[in-house]
Amino acid sequence: MSLLITEVCAGAIAGGTCILYAAVGESFSESAGVVNLGVEGSMLVGALAGYAVTAEAGNPWAGVIGAAVCGAVLAAVHAWFVLSRRSNQLATGLVVMFLGLGLTSLFGAAYVARTVESFSAWDVPGLSSIPFVGPVLFRHDPLTYLSYALVPAAWWVLYRSRWGLLIRGAGERRHVLETYGHPALGVQYGSVILGGALAGIGGAQLSTAYANAWFENMSQGRGFIGAAVVIFAARQPFKVAAGAYLFGAALALSPALQARNVSIPILDNQFALASIPYVAILVVLVVLGRKRAAEAPEGLKAVFG
Amino acid sequence: MFGTTKRRLAALTLVGAALLSACSSNDGGATSPTTAAAGDTAAAADAAPGKDSTAVGFIFVGPKDDFGYNQAAYEGSQALKETFPDLEIITAENVPETDEAARVMEGMIQKGAKIIFATSYGHLDAAKQVAAAHPDVAVVQQGNTITDAVGPNIGTYFGTVYEPVYLAGIVAGKMTKTNKLGYVYAFPIPQTLANINAFQLGAHSVNPEVETITVNTSNWCDPAKQADAAKSLLNQGVDVLTQHQDCQATVVKAAEAAGQLVVGYHADASSLAPKGWLGGSEWNWGPMYADIVKTTLAGDFTGSKYNANYRAGFASGENPFVQSAFGPTVPQEVQDLVTKAKEGFQADKSVFTGPITGQDGTVVVPAGTTLDAAAVDGMNYFVEGVVGNIPKS
Repeated sequence: MSLLITEVCAGAIAGGTCILYAAVGESFSESAGVVNLGVEGSMLVGALAGYAVTAEAGNPWAGVIGAAVCGAVLAAVHAWFVLSRRSNQLATGLVVMFLGLGLTSLFGAAYVARTVESFSAWDVPGLSSIPFVGPVLFRHDPLTYLSYALVPAAWWVLYRSRWGLLIRGAGERRHVLETYGHPALGVQYGSVILGGALAGIGGAQLSTAYANAWFENMSQGRGFIGAAVVIFAARQPFKVAAGAYLFGAALALSPALQARNVSIPILDNQFALASIPYVAILVVLVVLGRKRAAEAPEGLKAVFG
Repeated sequence: MFGTTKRRLAALTLVGAALLSACSSNDGGATSPTTAAAGDTAAAADAAPGKDSTAVGFIFVGPKDDFGYNQAAYEGSQALKETFPDLEIITAENVPETDEAARVMEGMIQKGAKIIFATSYGHLDAAKQVAAAHPDVAVVQQGNTITDAVGPNIGTYFGTVYEPVYLAGIVAGKMTKTNKLGYVYAFPIPQTLANINAFQLGAHSVNPEVETITVNTSNWCDPAKQADAAKSLLNQGVDVLTQHQDCQATVVKAAEAAGQLVVGYHADASSLAPKGWLGGSEWNWGPMYADIVKTTLAGDFTGSKYNANYRAGFASGENPFVQSAFGPTVPQEVQDLVTKAKEGFQADKSVFTGPITGQDGTVVVPAGTTLDAAAVDGMNYFVEGVVGNIPKS
């Protein structure tokens, strides 16, 4: 039993990290008043770019940089349409997502059969031998360790720094920022692009550290899950991380139970088992959201009506 | 409070979108009007289906380069170009197993294709629909079974691929040290259950202690889920992994990274696991596709073996699959065992000859009985030694 819990918790980190990157990125974007559903597309182009650059350069860190750049470029497309052309954020995001899917299907074909020197798990000396905590937290790939630092850093930037004040200000009332001489538009652009870069890194984590493969549409909706987590978690990085890990845990539960030959009568249906992650994230985050539904930025209210 | 409800609604929509995208990702290459022209079909009803067609259409459920099932089918379709240089080969990837498949096939028919290959298990309903609407078009479906009356212009074809899977099971059963084999599969369709059972039966034939632990992913290709499944199986002490997914790279690499062994399926993935590769089975559709097209172009489809549920294996020599090359660690004595079993299949032995005991201890195939193709295509149980229960779907 304790081994099962350890395995599911370790799986939560492993499976949740790519979502965490996308969701933390989306927190920046939404704090600045821009919903970017194209985060799914940014994750996909990141997954491909990460894999392709790793394949060509032979170094997964080069892949991470490529993934961040490509994710950012796709997010910049979204930013240009919604910020400079004032197009509908939700519709544009979906179009950008399909753009990412199409581009990666086109350019990704050559990399399906490629093998790369990807990230491998690195056990943190000492820490990884602590019972429970070690296997859960400290036997992962470097991008996962980086994400541990990302969450508090994102919280500090968004809620304790002057930059965060500007970002949130741009999301609330961009005109106020402009009145005081701050480049509100630039802040919004920067936030959306940063969000895309982080989603791209999440994609690289998926393809070069977790699944060790590139396949068309391999993100399978994980970017959307990231965007949903952000809305329910009200853009709070720690809550966002909890939501991402929750989804990862729910994903890890099914194979862990099956490998132990445990069957749960109510989940005897394969599709019921496969839908646990989605149901879990809805239930828990609705509850979380009810407890403290922080007010959305003014800019977002315009989007959601 | 303003906007909270709508925000929740928006988030719900998002999760819905994620679910949808997880289920079926995108539409096929070809889209077209859905109208089945009733006038055309009536006029052409006397002609033999597919006779003198100038084009052949292929639909695939996944991308043509998935390093697996769809790639093998795509390569088979491209091999037709050599045999029939004048024939136009129309292909569409990522065609979901829904009515969309019928629309894509209709589009191909409008482009002149009178021979259609629907290559995924779940394309059968759409294939039947299209065949019924177009008596002049021959529709063949790969891997599923028509259980009701077979119309004059439709049929299914497949290989008894559980034979090479059984052979791979022999290798796995000999090579395992923990006596635990792991099988990552997508959905409990009869084809997959037959493969899992054959794998266990092959392993058991050389190692009475062995068991095969199963984990499903509910998706033909979600690499991250495959990574989870592989990890869970390895945690249980499994030291040989195999899979029935459309894409296989993740599972193969997971086994290699853990220093364990792996058996391939659909395609040769030995380059992904230079140390742990044991062998496996690969598709080789070219010859069978060519024969189907040749038969149909000549006007002989109706009444031919393809106008039924056609299954070919080692016995007839028309097997649309080959064994993958053995990995470097497989000793000669194990290879000899495999060769001997293969010769048995060529001499008309079967994987599913009784006595075979089911997972629950009951006899599923009595002594002296051999399952026929229809019985294998209707398989809905695991044999003794397979760990895991079959989910309802």
